Amino acid sequence: MASGAGERSTEQIDDYETLISTTDVELLKGAWRNEKAAPEILPFEEALVKRAKEQIQLMEETVDDFAESGHDPLIASLYQMDLDRAQYLLRSYLRVRLQKIEKFMFYIWKRDTYRNRLSIEEEKFTERCIRDIGKHLEETVLSKLPENYQSVLKQSVISEEDDMVPEPQLDTFVVAKCEKATRPLYLDGSRQSAGFDSRDDHFQMVPGDLCILRYRPFQEELMSGNISLV
Amino acid sequence: MAGQSDPHISLFSAEEVEFMAEDELIEIVPNMRMDPLNFICGDFGPFLPQIATQVPLWLAVALKKRGKCAIRPPQWMSVENLTRVLEGERDTQGAFQALPFHYVEISRLLFDHARDDIPDMYMVRSLVEDIRDVRIHKVETSLEKFSGTSAVKIPNLSAMEVNIIRPFVGRALQAFYKHDNPEKIPDVDRAPSGHTRVANNEPRRPLRR
Repeated sequence: MASGAGERSTEQIDDYETLISTTDVELLKGAWRNEKAAPEILPFEEALVKRAKEQIQLMEETVDDFAESGHDPLIASLYQMDLDRAQYLLRSYLRVRLQKIEKFMFYIWKRDTYRNRLSIEEEKFTERCIRDIGKHLEETVLSKLPENYQSVLKQSVISEEDDMVPEPQLDTFVVAKCEKATRPLYLDGSRQSAGFDSRDDHFQMVPGDLCILRYRPFQEELMSGNISLV
Repeated sequence: MAGQSDPHISLFSAEEVEFMAEDELIEIVPNMRMDPLNFICGDFGPFLPQIATQVPLWLAVALKKRGKCAIRPPQWMSVENLTRVLEGERDTQGAFQALPFHYVEISRLLFDHARDDIPDMYMVRSLVEDIRDVRIHKVETSLEKFSGTSAVKIPNLSAMEVNIIRPFVGRALQAFYKHDNPEKIPDVDRAPSGHTRVANNEPRRPLRR
């Protein structure tokens, strides 16, 4: 669905070594950390979440079988722990996304790039959220204000932009770990430096490097899996 | 540190950081026989008495709690190595010694649950604590040198240390960036991407009359 997720999975297939050595739990943990640390909502990891759900379901059945068949309680409890950990990760991942949606719903809804990052369920959630919050604000506050100030999105009718809509702060600083070598990058946010040759603003990481960096110039690096957030 | 005062700004809770550390692999020596475990997070075992095998830390702790194995402390957790690391930390002001990303959490879990498996436990423990203190102190002093660039490399910093400095450093760098750039952001000519204007208008929403 989301283009970012597609890019990522083809890259993983290219990299066969990582594909076989990395479990879905590991991938989900990465997605969860990225989502928690990034200021904006990231593309939904549709395929990964689907696989994780299937594995969790399968494991639930196994654990139930253990309970019924009177299997060694030690083994059953170990499988249960593994299941709990995977479930926790998945739930936490989905929950972080819902929190972000609640925070930035109006912003996300108006922009296709962001809307395309949502799953179908999340889209439904956003729509309902907007409707309910809108209705609530309408009834409690806006309807009692003078006519020019009744918009959910704008301070008043003279506002040109939606200036009452919270936006993700892309200039937040995040802590990132380099997974694959990144191309040299210009830290003012542009990849091509049009007549801009200050060496200091030119930044490159090698795998394993840990950095604190401004999120905006590294957006693409994150989406393509070159860096991960910690 | 200033950044710590605001609890909900801290990105990962201590429990979450520990949760991540529990996936690190560690060697155990089982004292019982058990078939391989085919977990969602990977396959482990088979488990045979006296035959060492690698498992995630959470599994090691679970087995240890039930008296089913001994945990082999990782290589870096020896008195010799930690003494060397501590000396290194004290000698070099600017840099940090290489330690596992989760060294604080791993050692805490082992101290809590596998004290009888760690030779010279008290020595090891006080060494780890000293290293931790020296490093935190170094982090704090090196913060003074941070300036308003967009990216700062922090080699060898551990998960816990990152988590502690993140709120403070993050906001400090953001403040530097803002003060550096108010004049840079409006004249858009250089960045053709067009999204410069959208920047940060959450905090500086002008009130209109």
